[in-house]
Amino acid sequence: MEQLIKLIAKHDLIVAFLFVGIILYVSYWISKKLTKGKIPGAAIAITAGLVIAYFGGKKGIADIPLFAGMAVFGGSMMRDFSIVSTAMGASISEIKKTGIIGVVSLLLGISVAFFMGGAIGYVMGYHDIKSVVTIGAGACTFIVGPVTGNAIGASSDVIAISIAIGVVKSVLVTIMTPLVAKRIGLNNPQTAMIYGGLIGTTSGVAAGLAATNPKLVPYGALTATFYTGLACLLCPSVLYFILSFFLAA
Amino acid sequence: MKIYGVAVLAACFIAGQLIGDVLGMVFKFDGNIGGVGFGMLLLILFGDAMKKKNWIDAEAESGIHFWSGMYIPVVVAMSSIQNVKAALSGGWVALVVGVVATGFCFMLIPLLSKFSPNTENQETWNN
Repeated sequence: MEQLIKLIAKHDLIVAFLFVGIILYVSYWISKKLTKGKIPGAAIAITAGLVIAYFGGKKGIADIPLFAGMAVFGGSMMRDFSIVSTAMGASISEIKKTGIIGVVSLLLGISVAFFMGGAIGYVMGYHDIKSVVTIGAGACTFIVGPVTGNAIGASSDVIAISIAIGVVKSVLVTIMTPLVAKRIGLNNPQTAMIYGGLIGTTSGVAAGLAATNPKLVPYGALTATFYTGLACLLCPSVLYFILSFFLAA
Repeated sequence: MKIYGVAVLAACFIAGQLIGDVLGMVFKFDGNIGGVGFGMLLLILFGDAMKKKNWIDAEAESGIHFWSGMYIPVVVAMSSIQNVKAALSGGWVALVVGVVATGFCFMLIPLLSKFSPNTENQETWNN
């Protein structure tokens, strides 16, 4: 037993690969069997991650020596690197096809989520600008929240809230999309691109469109892939500066 | 070789972070401004250019795709190392912000669709 603990501690990152693999396997199984794909496996897995973190301390589960490798696997270096890699799916010619309305939907979707999220956060008791910005960024996606929070130096608990907001959004988008598709006219590529730009959370958009009409998935995902990158660009910079006119540091 | 793709990705990542740091210094702001976003834009631009010139083959590209496939697992690991106990004290914030902000964005879809040209008059829009 002591030997096993030593072995795990020595190879903590590899253990983290195994552990995360198991979490994802179980989550996708639950998604498929228990929710019939209504809640995306990714959303379940991320929620499971947050639940697991509860059993740790300030650094979540990584405070327990057996799971120290999670801090490397889920650290900001790995996270940012894997996010940048997702941009490879998009090409310039496809961006041009999306046209001006796609860009408008992206800018509008990010700003509305950011300011709505930030305003509600402010009303609910978060008054310092770093927290308001991080909460607003969390209303974009569960990636934009922590990226923005880390960039501007927000506290870990606010970053955790921003992730939780993004997860709520992802789950909600997946469930709501097929239900409201008819009412919002989501039945053609053009609207799918606008939808992807306005909503932005890639896993929710892809899962929601798949449940609505699988043919629309690439169109929605195309604009949605730009959402996270653009929001990571705008939230800690332009939007942060705009908010700084209204809020003291 | 897969590592060529990974190396291109690493180059874009580092360059993006550098731009973000420089911008942070320019705006006298303690931190990195949009380094991840710039890295993505660079990868889109360089990835597209290199594909057109055949500088990057499918094997090299699969090195990049491996990392984009690791994106969800990394995010799962990331969520497991957050200070969730502290976040739970503001649990309602997460739920209320998530539901209201998302609902509002949904309502904008039909509004923006009205301003969107349909496929027939796409050309007139571009001209």
